Amino acid sequence: MLTFSPVSVSFFIMALFTIGGGLGVVTTRNLVHAALFLVLSLFGIAGLYVLLEAPYLAVIQVLVYVGAISILITITVMVTRRLMGIEETYNRQWPIAAIISGLLGAGLIALVVAQFGALTPVADVPVDNIEQLGRAFVTHQGFLLPFEVASVLLLAAMIGSIVISRDV
Amino acid sequence: MSDFVIFLIDALVKSLIIVVSLLTGFAYTTVLERRVIARIQVRIGPNRAGPFGLLQPVSEGLKLFFKEDIVPNEADKVIFTLAPVITAVPALIVLAVVPLGSEVTIPFLNYTTSLGLSDINVGVLYILAVTSISVYGITLAGWASANKYAMLGGLRSAAQMISYELALGVSLLVPVSLAGSLSLGAIINAQDPVWFVFYPIVGQVAAAIFYIAILAETNRAPFDLPEAEQELTAGYHTEYSGMKFAAFFMAEYMKMIAVSAIFASLFLGGYRLFGLEDLLGGWMGPLILAGKVVASLVFMIWLRATLPRFRYDRLMSFGWKVLLPVSLVTLVLTWVVIVLELIPVAL
Repeated sequence: MLTFSPVSVSFFIMALFTIGGGLGVVTTRNLVHAALFLVLSLFGIAGLYVLLEAPYLAVIQVLVYVGAISILITITVMVTRRLMGIEETYNRQWPIAAIISGLLGAGLIALVVAQFGALTPVADVPVDNIEQLGRAFVTHQGFLLPFEVASVLLLAAMIGSIVISRDV
Repeated sequence: MSDFVIFLIDALVKSLIIVVSLLTGFAYTTVLERRVIARIQVRIGPNRAGPFGLLQPVSEGLKLFFKEDIVPNEADKVIFTLAPVITAVPALIVLAVVPLGSEVTIPFLNYTTSLGLSDINVGVLYILAVTSISVYGITLAGWASANKYAMLGGLRSAAQMISYELALGVSLLVPVSLAGSLSLGAIINAQDPVWFVFYPIVGQVAAAIFYIAILAETNRAPFDLPEAEQELTAGYHTEYSGMKFAAFFMAEYMKMIAVSAIFASLFLGGYRLFGLEDLLGGWMGPLILAGKVVASLVFMIWLRATLPRFRYDRLMSFGWKVLLPVSLVTLVLTWVVIVLELIPVAL
């Protein structure tokens, strides 16, 4: 079962970052601290991608989630001072939320163990996997249509935000 | 010894060398800056501590070490302490993907290794990802200080760095497209013998935009608005003292060195110089790269002594309305050049 190889040790550290960061996000009262815990959690996920020999995904994870999305969240929280320093609990629904997320987590773990528990060998990662990924994005046998649809969606969101900000 | 132990020792020694040379480089970049600026302004500059003022950084480091470390009462203690660390770490780790030379054999051990920590095949994206982290340190420092000048400085720098990151990323794609790879090693190899900066129009425009963008990313003059003294006292590090202030100072200078090395690798042929890099059994490569880095540093210092600071609205409109469109046009032009095979073949 558990073997202490460098990879498994790194896995546990990264898993600790991911789960600990996630717990920090929902338990801390300070919104800036919550945003930073989110960054820690996203870093952990990037580390897991590295362990899965997917450096491209790992770097994109840091670039997009840590470098762009989380910095946006952090700045938004910082400039809205009234949200800071909330001491009292807003609502009493946290036990229900905890139960639901616990059940969801247990269900996911059960599913993953049932499906993949017996599988140990990892497929060889092709050396030029970025090139293959790039080709998959631009060929019609691959993911050309979803890729283009996602691009159009992002473009529409961009134009929308420009229109909204010009209105004011 | 098992392969893993050898790998571990190899990686640790190389990391140590990179970190130590960045720290030493930082110390002497400050002396270089003060001496060069003094020369430009017809002054003498610090020349008392040691020969030619070479012990100046040691004495300054000692002074900062003994300064009282003040944390403001209203500050968020954890983030206030964490911010200098978050700022300094990206500057230290960004050089991990830059090849510092070709292969060398270490004498006595008979061990052959490549100079450079790791030439991963997503090197360029790694650089973008790591530089995007350093925005956090400055922004958080500004916020955690609980000081309105620091807050404004932090927000300014966040806006500036995010805006110029776009032009940086797009101009980075020009050497990537020309080399057909995201690995810095492959990009350096593709510049043998013609450096990308010598490619007509596309290379020069991309190099200029990249250089302007890295000046903005490192908050160097004329883009040092986050610490504009007249408006914001000292910007995001107003409340910092002692070694925490030194960490910000250190991060700025280490970033200058790191981005200079990246600029040299992307546009100036990296550690290569007409085959000279193979002299001394390959040990000439790092020296050539260091020479290019020093040239770039002197240029940055020269710019600081020459140009006045940008006004904030001009900075934003320059980034968004000039640099970004021009870099996009250059990128399209690069693709046209590649598709029509107009690339200058080996001279």
